[in-house]
Amino acid sequence: MFGKLSWSAIPVHEPIALITSIVVILVMLGILALITVKGWWPYLWTEWITSVDHKRIGIMYCILGVVMLIRGFADAIMMRTQQAAAVGGAQGYLNPEHYNQIFSAHGTIMIFFGAMPLVIGFMNFLTPLQLGVRDVAFPTLNSVSFWLTASGALLVNVSLFIGEFARTGWLPYPPLSEATYSPGVGVDYYLWAVQIAGIGTLMTGINFVTTVLKMRCPGMSLLRMPMFCWTTLSSSLLIVAVFPILTATLAMLSLDRVFGWHYFTNDAGGNPMMFMNLIWAWGHPEVYILVLPAFGIFSEIFSTFSGKPLFGYRSMVAATLFICVVSMMVWLHHFFTMGAGPAVNTFFGIASSVIAVGTGVKIYNWIFTMYGGRVRFAVPMLWSMGFIFTFIMGGLTGVLLAVPPADFLVHNSMFLVAHFHNVIVGGVVFALFAGLDFWFPKAFGFRLHEGWGKAAFWFAFFGFWITFAPLYVLGLQGMTRRLQHVNIDEWKPMLDLSVVGIGVLILGVISQVVMLVVSIRDREKLRDVTGDPWDGRSLEWATPSPAPFFNFATMPNVEGEEAYWGIKVRAIESQRLGPEPRYEPIEMPLSSPVGFYTAVFASVTGFALIWHIWWLAGLGLLGAFIGFVVFAWRDVHEFHVPAEEVARVDRARRAARQALMERIADQGALA
Amino acid sequence: MCPSPNLQARARLSRRLFLGAGLALATSACSGGILDPVGPVGADASKILIDATIIMLAIVIPTIVLAFWVAWRYRASNPKAEYLPYWSYSGRIEAVVWSIPILTIMFLGGVIWIGSYRLDPFRPLSTTVPPLEVQVVSLDWKWLFIYPQQGIATVNEFVVPAGVPVHFSITSASVFNVFFVPRLGSMIYAMPGMVSQLHLQADRPADLFGISAHFSGDGFSDMQFEVKSVPPAQFAAWLQGVRSAGPVLNLATYTQLAQQSENVRALTFRAVDPRLFDAISSQKIAPGPGPEPPTPEHAGREVSTGGRH
Repeated sequence: MFGKLSWSAIPVHEPIALITSIVVILVMLGILALITVKGWWPYLWTEWITSVDHKRIGIMYCILGVVMLIRGFADAIMMRTQQAAAVGGAQGYLNPEHYNQIFSAHGTIMIFFGAMPLVIGFMNFLTPLQLGVRDVAFPTLNSVSFWLTASGALLVNVSLFIGEFARTGWLPYPPLSEATYSPGVGVDYYLWAVQIAGIGTLMTGINFVTTVLKMRCPGMSLLRMPMFCWTTLSSSLLIVAVFPILTATLAMLSLDRVFGWHYFTNDAGGNPMMFMNLIWAWGHPEVYILVLPAFGIFSEIFSTFSGKPLFGYRSMVAATLFICVVSMMVWLHHFFTMGAGPAVNTFFGIASSVIAVGTGVKIYNWIFTMYGGRVRFAVPMLWSMGFIFTFIMGGLTGVLLAVPPADFLVHNSMFLVAHFHNVIVGGVVFALFAGLDFWFPKAFGFRLHEGWGKAAFWFAFFGFWITFAPLYVLGLQGMTRRLQHVNIDEWKPMLDLSVVGIGVLILGVISQVVMLVVSIRDREKLRDVTGDPWDGRSLEWATPSPAPFFNFATMPNVEGEEAYWGIKVRAIESQRLGPEPRYEPIEMPLSSPVGFYTAVFASVTGFALIWHIWWLAGLGLLGAFIGFVVFAWRDVHEFHVPAEEVARVDRARRAARQALMERIADQGALA
Repeated sequence: MCPSPNLQARARLSRRLFLGAGLALATSACSGGILDPVGPVGADASKILIDATIIMLAIVIPTIVLAFWVAWRYRASNPKAEYLPYWSYSGRIEAVVWSIPILTIMFLGGVIWIGSYRLDPFRPLSTTVPPLEVQVVSLDWKWLFIYPQQGIATVNEFVVPAGVPVHFSITSASVFNVFFVPRLGSMIYAMPGMVSQLHLQADRPADLFGISAHFSGDGFSDMQFEVKSVPPAQFAAWLQGVRSAGPVLNLATYTQLAQQSENVRALTFRAVDPRLFDAISSQKIAPGPGPEPPTPEHAGREVSTGGRH
């Protein structure tokens, strides 16, 4: 009846998992009770859960990403303290069964459910605003994408209470991940969680390729788009190109595990090496799916806080597309040490280091963006400068790993661990924190507290380096990764130092939380009444903060690069806003619960497939299909915002703009 | 205005602390690890690692300095810096900006090309001394070393004569592992159904360690083995000792050994079935069994047969 599932799936003998489970369940029940008591359900349901507004969906993606980052960080704290505690015969406080789940969960959560939702959240929130349009190409599909991602995140976290998570690393290499060597449900949790979220991501990719290519406001030619839109396009193209590989690869592994097929098995003609090739054919472009939008965020920040256009815009576009293409030709560098032979290794080694040309050009262009500028060191700019240093160092060690003979000494070592955290934390996570601070007023109408923001940056920056510099040293000392305990005493000092770094990083996380609480408390003092708190240059700053759900009362008409900057300069020079437009009713897509329903049924299906409860899986698929059919046969899918409502919102915006323009003219802020 | 002497002293102190920390990192990185090799392969590979670092530092350090100098020079509060609000293109700078990384990578591409061929793990070392043959099998979770020329085998203990090149043939009896002796040089995957080749040499007597550098399951942390490089005479004596006592490695004892076990102590076999390695690598002997299937008492959760700590 219930497949493999029974009461013994609950880890009553694992105190850490059990206590965490109970605390998490209590907190969730507390939140649900609070929502019920306060009567917030109708608001949440109509304004958020069923919303197809790209800004709301973007914010929900970011909230999901931040919560998962904290979960992944908790895993990181356990990994670093466990290794430092378990040196020279000591076993630490986590047995291998548990420790192996933690490092697997850490990687899976950080990439699939932390970084990806945050990056996609930014793409959602910003791209339509920057393109001067009212929504993405497929608004309801967008909602389905988000809820499927949330469904995957839910399954990963359910594995904490019911059963176990994968113990095979964040990429489940066979034969270890085959049923013979991993008979538990851990790998199945991994497979179905990532499959469901991956389908959501693929649809996001399709959605944003279409949005960028087909949905720009009048005059917004491709070469007038803000840099972030270019990176959204590149990243979405990569998603469309490579996520099907991930889906197919994981499907093959599932077929091996469930039906005893032999794609990657040890015996009967299976070829585990094929899994490595396929998974990295997705996995390496995935790194650029994450980091390209991060580059876009930095481009916006360097230009805005230098008070200058981005230097070498076209060259930046070229570098982005160059990285986008070459990123698909480098996957083999993840296993030079498999012995592919010198010709193959040479090709992939050179291809990998060639990517550094694209990133190098970008770094120089950012430097020359600051050259001749008036650089303001607000919080987003601090993250950006921290990024420049950290990312260059990460790039250096990355190119070292791309040199096959050098890789033969440091492959899979702590040096590698330090390297990819160097580029992913220094590149992607720093960008996300910079972007959160930068665009927070646009999302919520008030700025974040500056002092706590700066504290968060400094703790994160130094915490990062104190944590990961020792790992480089450990790698050079020959320490490999994923050790539950360490037999060599000489490694102890560096492992201890790394724990100190984690402590500093914890202070950074606390600062972020305090920043958020203090900012919400002081929101009236921090309110952004202008809609343009940073003297911005692209169209999102032409809207009030927070932006109305229809974004723009009338379609902007773009006449050059930096659309909003042009409008602003003209208004200030002539001391006049443009004439008031004739307001017309606006058609907007109706909210739809189909995304949420689909995700509920997807979660049920995923859970059923993990535990081999076949009837329930069938029921879940049927439910999802019915939801789709009902949605497809809907009669009304849009509603009209009356012209008076549009006029009311836009007149308030124009009044604020008028005030801003006069203030700028008084200060003579523009040269 | 000059900083007060107190401040200066503090700055000097923090600089010293900083330098001290850097020095400590550097020295601990260089002793006992891959930058302290005892053989020609390790020496060559670590030299490439260091050379490539220096090549890149030549670009990276000026770039970082430039970035921070520009940011500081053009800070909004500096009235002396000129403001060029519309300056955003310069063909000459673009040319330089693309050339610097391209030239660096072309140079480095040469290092990659030559290095990949010269340090190909499958390539025999250029020496006239005939190599010692060693067959390596990764098992759950220990290493089996077969010395076919000598007809003996060891587990988790590896003894080599100093100054003699060693030709490894490496396979796995279950899941993926990586054979790695950090101070000897290159690592390579141990894969089921396949044989990887590796050539290494220890130049002088030394006590080293080897590890698996690819996660392979619950007992992975203890897949560590002692590596002893000894003078040839001592090697002969050690062989004598191994041959005189201990069990024989044949199909029966091997099947026993292939069961999952953790933290396995070093073990020697006085004789070995010469067909064993081929039978393992061609999977004529079935791959090692995994853990026992989960029982209803542990619904969905595995318990490794190696036992808990």
